[in-house]
Amino acid sequence: MAQPNVLVLRAPGTNCDQETAFAFELAGAKTESIHINQILSQPSQLSNYQVLCLPGGFSFGDDVGAGKVLALRMMNRLADALGEFHSNGNLILGICNGFQVLLKTGLLVSDEVEGPPATLTWNDSGRFRDSWVNLAADNELCVFTKGIGQIELPIAHAEGKFVGRNSQVLDYLEVNHQLAIKYCKPGGPNGQVPFPFNPNGSDRDIAGICDQTGRVFGLMPHPERNVDATHHPNWTRGSKGGAGLAIFKNAVEYFQ
Amino acid sequence: MGGRNRTDSVQCNTVGDGMSEKSCGSTASADGTQSGSATMNSNLWQINILPAADQPDRIGAKVKTDCQFAGLIELEVDGAKGYLVQGDLTADDAQSLARKVLVDGVVEQFVVGRPGDESLNRINTNTNDLFYVLPKAGVTDPEAETAKMALVELGFKVTAVRTLRRFVSSKLPASERQKFIGLLANDAIEQLIEGPIKIDEIQQGQGYEFELRSVPLLDASDEQLLSISKSWQLSLTLVEMQTIQQHFKTLGKDPTDAELETIAQTWSEHCSHKTLAGRVNYKDENGERTFDNMLKETIFQATVSIREELGDDDWCVSVFKDNAGIVEFDDQFNVAFKVETHNRPSAIEPYGGANTGIGGVIRDTLGTGLGAKPICNTDVFCFARPDMPYTELPPGVMHPRRIMHGVVEGVRDYGNRMGIPTVNGAIYFDDRYVGNPLVFCGNVGMLPKEKSFKEPQPNDLIVAVGGRTGRDGIHGATFSSAELTDKSEVESGGAVQIGNAITEKMVMDILLQARDEGLYSAVTDCGAGGFSSAVGEMGEELGAEVWLDKAPLKYEGLSYTEIWISEAQERMVFAVPEKHWSRFEELCSSESVEAVVIGKFVPTGNLELKYHEHSVANLSMKFLHDGRPPVVRQAIFEPKSDGDARVEVIEGDCEKFTSDLLKILGSLNVASKHWVIHQYDYEVQGGSVLKPLVGVENDGPGDAAVVRPRLDSKRGLAVSCGMNPYYGDIDPYHMATSGIDEAIRNCVAVGADPNRIAILDNFCWGYTDRPETLGALVRAAIGCHDVSVQFKTPFISGKDSLNNEFSYDNSSGQRETISIPSTLLISAMGQVEDVRQCVSMDLKAAGNVIFIVGETGNHFGGSHFNLVNDLQAGAVPTVDANTNRQLYLALHEAIKQGLVRSCHDCSEGGIAVAAAEMAFAGGLGMELDISAICEDSNLSAAQVVFSESNGRLICEVSEDNVAEFSNALVDFRTYQLGRVIAGSDFVVQNSDQPVIQTSISTLKQAWQQPLDWS
Repeated sequence: MAQPNVLVLRAPGTNCDQETAFAFELAGAKTESIHINQILSQPSQLSNYQVLCLPGGFSFGDDVGAGKVLALRMMNRLADALGEFHSNGNLILGICNGFQVLLKTGLLVSDEVEGPPATLTWNDSGRFRDSWVNLAADNELCVFTKGIGQIELPIAHAEGKFVGRNSQVLDYLEVNHQLAIKYCKPGGPNGQVPFPFNPNGSDRDIAGICDQTGRVFGLMPHPERNVDATHHPNWTRGSKGGAGLAIFKNAVEYFQ
Repeated sequence: MGGRNRTDSVQCNTVGDGMSEKSCGSTASADGTQSGSATMNSNLWQINILPAADQPDRIGAKVKTDCQFAGLIELEVDGAKGYLVQGDLTADDAQSLARKVLVDGVVEQFVVGRPGDESLNRINTNTNDLFYVLPKAGVTDPEAETAKMALVELGFKVTAVRTLRRFVSSKLPASERQKFIGLLANDAIEQLIEGPIKIDEIQQGQGYEFELRSVPLLDASDEQLLSISKSWQLSLTLVEMQTIQQHFKTLGKDPTDAELETIAQTWSEHCSHKTLAGRVNYKDENGERTFDNMLKETIFQATVSIREELGDDDWCVSVFKDNAGIVEFDDQFNVAFKVETHNRPSAIEPYGGANTGIGGVIRDTLGTGLGAKPICNTDVFCFARPDMPYTELPPGVMHPRRIMHGVVEGVRDYGNRMGIPTVNGAIYFDDRYVGNPLVFCGNVGMLPKEKSFKEPQPNDLIVAVGGRTGRDGIHGATFSSAELTDKSEVESGGAVQIGNAITEKMVMDILLQARDEGLYSAVTDCGAGGFSSAVGEMGEELGAEVWLDKAPLKYEGLSYTEIWISEAQERMVFAVPEKHWSRFEELCSSESVEAVVIGKFVPTGNLELKYHEHSVANLSMKFLHDGRPPVVRQAIFEPKSDGDARVEVIEGDCEKFTSDLLKILGSLNVASKHWVIHQYDYEVQGGSVLKPLVGVENDGPGDAAVVRPRLDSKRGLAVSCGMNPYYGDIDPYHMATSGIDEAIRNCVAVGADPNRIAILDNFCWGYTDRPETLGALVRAAIGCHDVSVQFKTPFISGKDSLNNEFSYDNSSGQRETISIPSTLLISAMGQVEDVRQCVSMDLKAAGNVIFIVGETGNHFGGSHFNLVNDLQAGAVPTVDANTNRQLYLALHEAIKQGLVRSCHDCSEGGIAVAAAEMAFAGGLGMELDISAICEDSNLSAAQVVFSESNGRLICEVSEDNVAEFSNALVDFRTYQLGRVIAGSDFVVQNSDQPVIQTSISTLKQAWQQPLDWS
């Protein structure tokens, strides 16, 4: 397959769908933005696509908990179709609100007897924050972070603090290379990462994780907001933007 | 932060756990639930959700912060959130729905019970108090609506949900208790319950029995007419009431309540701008002038003149007639721009007021032409000092810091949820805003060229789309024309609303699809006046018949008039041809958006309202729109005698001037607003080019933000503003001209084309029945006209908010009134041909040369130098628009040629502040010598560095380009001031005399510290 089909899934309150679709197209994919209602009415449509992307936004206003209601709806009505989509070797990407949704569906890490192993909750500041961060990738397992060492991307969220149920959960994810992307200080991973470098107080500076296959990836930062030379906040000082495109290209190249 | 009060912070993961914790006094029922004081047949469950043991208590912490602003003694407060859930639910259901849906099991714990159960309300009553806060019946509760939908979808038999917040505080002395309660709940929208919740049902509205009401107007005396206007909250004057009376006399009947309300809404200041568009007799030192329509003959006239002069090059598309002004953008798209105010609602309920303010202005651009896609927001606020001592607050007003938090959060939550980047803004502080904070919300939209006009057609269906109608905001339009008093919070609660951004986002999503499919012939938003204004305006030329009983309601019990004038949010009205209705309806339902036909545009020239088979109003459109008697007002302006007094000498030395600079950087208007800016999503939609904060550490104050509205194009939009109420205290004419120059200058500084800048006016003024107050406004409007024409920069839309005064009884029982300073906001939207040519304000490299372009004069009136030194004297800055226009055109060419590495405008604090900001934003030092300016201008060094003359920018140019840059600006006053240096020294000299000497870290710290809130 030369050019994968990407489904950008919209829901009430999704608001990063257009620029995310644009980024996938820049990377060489074909994209369609489709409302969740349409997929629910015919879940078999999923089989037309190789990549499912849940873009950023505030699905259902983040009422009850960020991403929670969309996650409930998907697992209540699309669980089988999603399971099949994944087991067919396809890719799933959740960005920001999409990460919150994916985490709460259990598609990244499945629920244990004691309950969900991890969550994304309120930033330590208790507030929404938009700023640029430095990130370091673990590209051992994750398809999307392949070849990426360090990368700068913007974050824009209120509920992006990754919290594991306990340290065993985090150890497990770490050892399995599922902690695919972490906040770091400028210059690379080196010791403690205080605010604002870790912008929300995430456990172990976690910015994104993948599932056990590396084919499902969720991250709080917005790679689609760094796909143009003028996206980087310091482009007028000579820092070239566009590094976020690598994440979308990895998804496209996976099928080539 | 586990407080000592949290006696009930037990994890209740199973019913058993909960029961084992309960103390004696409550009994377990057969199904394992506890029953305390609640009745057994209740179908209501209460779920309290607390932070898990190792998690912070954010709700309690927020109240503690509010207590600090309110000057309350340190007290312990624990917070919790929760829900009331009503339906056919067993105890197991209640546990299960909490765990599955409402609670995050990793970071939260919860308790489930019947309201009143001891397990929910366990506190030590000797040392602690318990409070619950719930939204009042009928107040929008978006989270509860979503929760209900999710629960029903999962199969729970839920009929109603309500959110709640719960507080446990240490016991307070009676004197402080009332104040504390006022901080927990806002009486305008919330109810506070002391002790356990003791209800067993969520009220959902009561039935309505139709009764046609008419208002006895025909035989009313003048006194009775005024009393009717007041008791119905119509805000109509006697002359207007008499005109209405006369009209109905000719019809031989009394008006119905719906007819009278419709007229009041249409004639309100908010909807018709009767004062500024009315007749004004104006007098100033130049003589007398009579306007038949003040706005038309000043601001509109400027645009008319500019368009005539431009001829074929006219790039305005639709000005001063639609919901927003429209200008050309590129060969396929136009752009629309509108700024609104939402001042009074924000004074009473800052969060809801600001929330619905931004929601409303977004609907303005959505409802412009056939619908513009919102692409960025701008928000400007005016507050009193955030550290104002509580003892100085007049009665009945909230502390400015609490207002500021609420307003910022309201704008943040709505704008971010809509997915519209908030890229520009400003905050001004002056204690005269204490009773009347100002909240300006603006939005830019983009629409295809061929979708820029609309016209409802005969027999088009009137379709209401989006939110349902409730009692929200009744009398908002007329309320916004009335003065605030210390009783307003009590009297006008109905005029305050809470928005639901997601509903509006859903409407936006289908609107843009329906627009592109060509499914409707006109659209407008339901703003002030609700359906009454929306349908009244759309059907003005045709006529309309409305079936009020068809409007979908949030709850039962609304009368036909309430349906008609409700200002419930997130509603838009479409004119849909019958042949497109089924596709339109299908499109809406495919995204779960409610669309209902509520009437038809009919070519009768009348507005007829029906409720089922009853006709409840029938008004001629002509009377409604043209029948209002002209308002005639007197306006006087007397120039201040010391208006152009020049500041002859400024005493001091380098130490003093350095300290002045630090004080100005740390003054509230100049100081960094990063605490606010980072709360806004300024990058969503993926078109960010220049962010609000720029520089090596992304923390310098950019002049204007730039976005690319089309991801497939390099063409950009720059958004900026200009405003300086201090200048208006001296001369509103120069406040207006300075505001325009500043807004344009800011756009030019980042690379916008001076020939493609459009501007908006927003007047916020005091009580304009007073000739002096109106005189100041007319004076400002004349200033707007004059420089707009000279700059060839058209006004394309505007809005006014009058009577911003606050009255209260002082401690000795005397009535006092605080009027806001005359405040004119100029917002500018510029265009950038290729965003890769944009320039930011931070210094780029050591060795580069620093220039200043533009002439420095002796301008200290209303300056920040005066402010920090508590001085009054000085001339207010003036504008030589003809010169500045040519200068900006020349500078723009230089920027386009890539000759400028950084550029920053000189405004508050003059050269000193602008240079300092460039230096610390770039993380580089500066060495400047201003002696040449001193010599040419005959000004002292301090005058040169702190004067606030307009029309000046500081530019950084690399050595290689110095000759070319100088040549490009050869016709203008240009000085080479010095160089960028490595390291952190910031030095300004007058020949060999040091004027300012400090380090960039000291400067940055002074600038960041005042509003660096945690």
